[in-house]
Amino acid sequence: MKIQKNSNIPKTPTGIHGLDEITGGGLPKGRPTLICGSAGCGKTLFAVQFLVKGITECNEPGVFMSFEETARDLTENVNSLGFDLKKLIADKQLKIDHIRIEKSEIEETGEYDLEGLFIRLNYAIDSIGAKRVVLDTIESVFGGMDNTILLRSEIRRLFQWLKDKGVTAIITGERGESSLTRQGLEEYVSDCVILLDFRVIDQIATRRLRIVKYRGSMHGTNEYPFLIDEKGVSVLPITSLKLEHKTSGEMISYGFPALDKLFKGNGYYRGNSCLITGTAGTSKTILASYFALSSCKRKESTLYFSFEESPEQLLRNMLSVGIDLKPFLKSKLLQIHSSRPSMQGLEMHLLIIQRLIKEYDPKTVIIDPISSLVTIGSSSEVRAMLLRLIDVLKINQINALFTALTHDAKNEHNDLTVDAVSSLADTWIKVRNEEINGERVRSLFIVKSRGMGHTNALYNLSINEKGIGLTPPMNKPSREKQEGLL
Amino acid sequence: MKKKPTPAFITGGKIILQLYVSGMTPRSMQAIENIKRLCDEHLKDAFELEIIDLYKNPEMASEQQIVFSPSLIKSLPLPKRTLIGTFSDTDKVIKGLGIMFKE
Repeated sequence: MKIQKNSNIPKTPTGIHGLDEITGGGLPKGRPTLICGSAGCGKTLFAVQFLVKGITECNEPGVFMSFEETARDLTENVNSLGFDLKKLIADKQLKIDHIRIEKSEIEETGEYDLEGLFIRLNYAIDSIGAKRVVLDTIESVFGGMDNTILLRSEIRRLFQWLKDKGVTAIITGERGESSLTRQGLEEYVSDCVILLDFRVIDQIATRRLRIVKYRGSMHGTNEYPFLIDEKGVSVLPITSLKLEHKTSGEMISYGFPALDKLFKGNGYYRGNSCLITGTAGTSKTILASYFALSSCKRKESTLYFSFEESPEQLLRNMLSVGIDLKPFLKSKLLQIHSSRPSMQGLEMHLLIIQRLIKEYDPKTVIIDPISSLVTIGSSSEVRAMLLRLIDVLKINQINALFTALTHDAKNEHNDLTVDAVSSLADTWIKVRNEEINGERVRSLFIVKSRGMGHTNALYNLSINEKGIGLTPPMNKPSREKQEGLL
Repeated sequence: MKKKPTPAFITGGKIILQLYVSGMTPRSMQAIENIKRLCDEHLKDAFELEIIDLYKNPEMASEQQIVFSPSLIKSLPLPKRTLIGTFSDTDKVIKGLGIMFKE
């Protein structure tokens, strides 16, 4: 689903990667937004990032009214995310006001209002010309107070006041048992309500976000996974975009002439995605490395995700078959990103992949193997996730190569990865390992190749220190009369 | 009207009070009136009352941790206490301020 940008409501970008995409540009400008969720789901971080990015990216100063943490605690807590609040405060771009309400020191003796808070807020906003305001967590004013009816009407007045003031505000609220927030704040914030959720599935923690309401604007209605890491908060929109990416007629090489020749076009279309499947030890990684090598030789930046081998190990192993990737790694043309699949959840991996793609702007991306990502997600999510990933690659016209490890060579379609990726990939190459006459024989064949003719023959694949060789089967002379060895 | 006993404090010394109001609203006026009467009646000379309008001194709100208005802060003798509202409930205010009477 693509969200229309031409909405009537002016929006304020949040600076939270992915959220602006889902909301079609950000939060409603000049209006309060409620972010609710249970304890520890990331509300405060969301709010801090909204302010910090507002300052650094939109030049909009911000006020943080903290009802829970002191300015010092807050500064220390977000320091690990690379947010230097101290500097922003010194630059008069940010103001943190810690509001301490100690019920044990307060006695209610008749009617009162929240004017003190209004004055503080107003003073803070005016002193730095703030455009953004965060109230974290406003419900704390209810803590232990007797006159909740009075407080409710004051909170309602506060939201209206924020609107009149024209600031874009985030109000956080703790999740209640039967309502979104304990005090039912969602009744008062009518413009935009975002719900954050934190749950553990199969021992892997996932954070999710849902836009409950966004008045006057289109928005994604799904639950979107989001991530908090050393770069802050980012949201992964899993709903796929429209199929409207550009296509290229340019042919490029697999890095391996004998393989190129199996295709009519002598290579493959730029921006296509290719899947190589096979059981263990069928030289999938070698084929992937050829792919990386050819991309580097074209002087195109290449991003290699290795989920089984460390960069060092990969380099050494590939050198043993005559593929030297080291110079390219040194010249930074090649980036190898290794991590254990079980380190994080699937969303986290995909977010990291997306972020690195954004950071390096590669022309070629290799995921070796994509199947190890699949094992850590639940089957229903995997397809949508992979679809989203492939979409991202397509939109950016990135040559993609995925390898997938299959366990049952005869019945590959039962395999989740193959099932999910094969329909999305433009080219599917299978490699096999068979025992014939007391010898292990590797073979390679092409299952499909969109928009391009290809050989139907089963080629023998041999590996030596010079690399891979492809030979047409001896008993069946190849109709295409193609070159065998490199 | 019942005659109130003479006030005396456990800690001795004066009661230092600051009353923070937000403008001269009817509520503020009522609070000022109530607290002045209460002090005159019960504390005689044993108090110092300062009335601060937050609109004129907005920076004070943050400095003194004022959220509610009107707010009366008893800074001395310790412990520090905050009373909010219009102080219409005299007994509650006296109790809240921790004033002890001799008899």
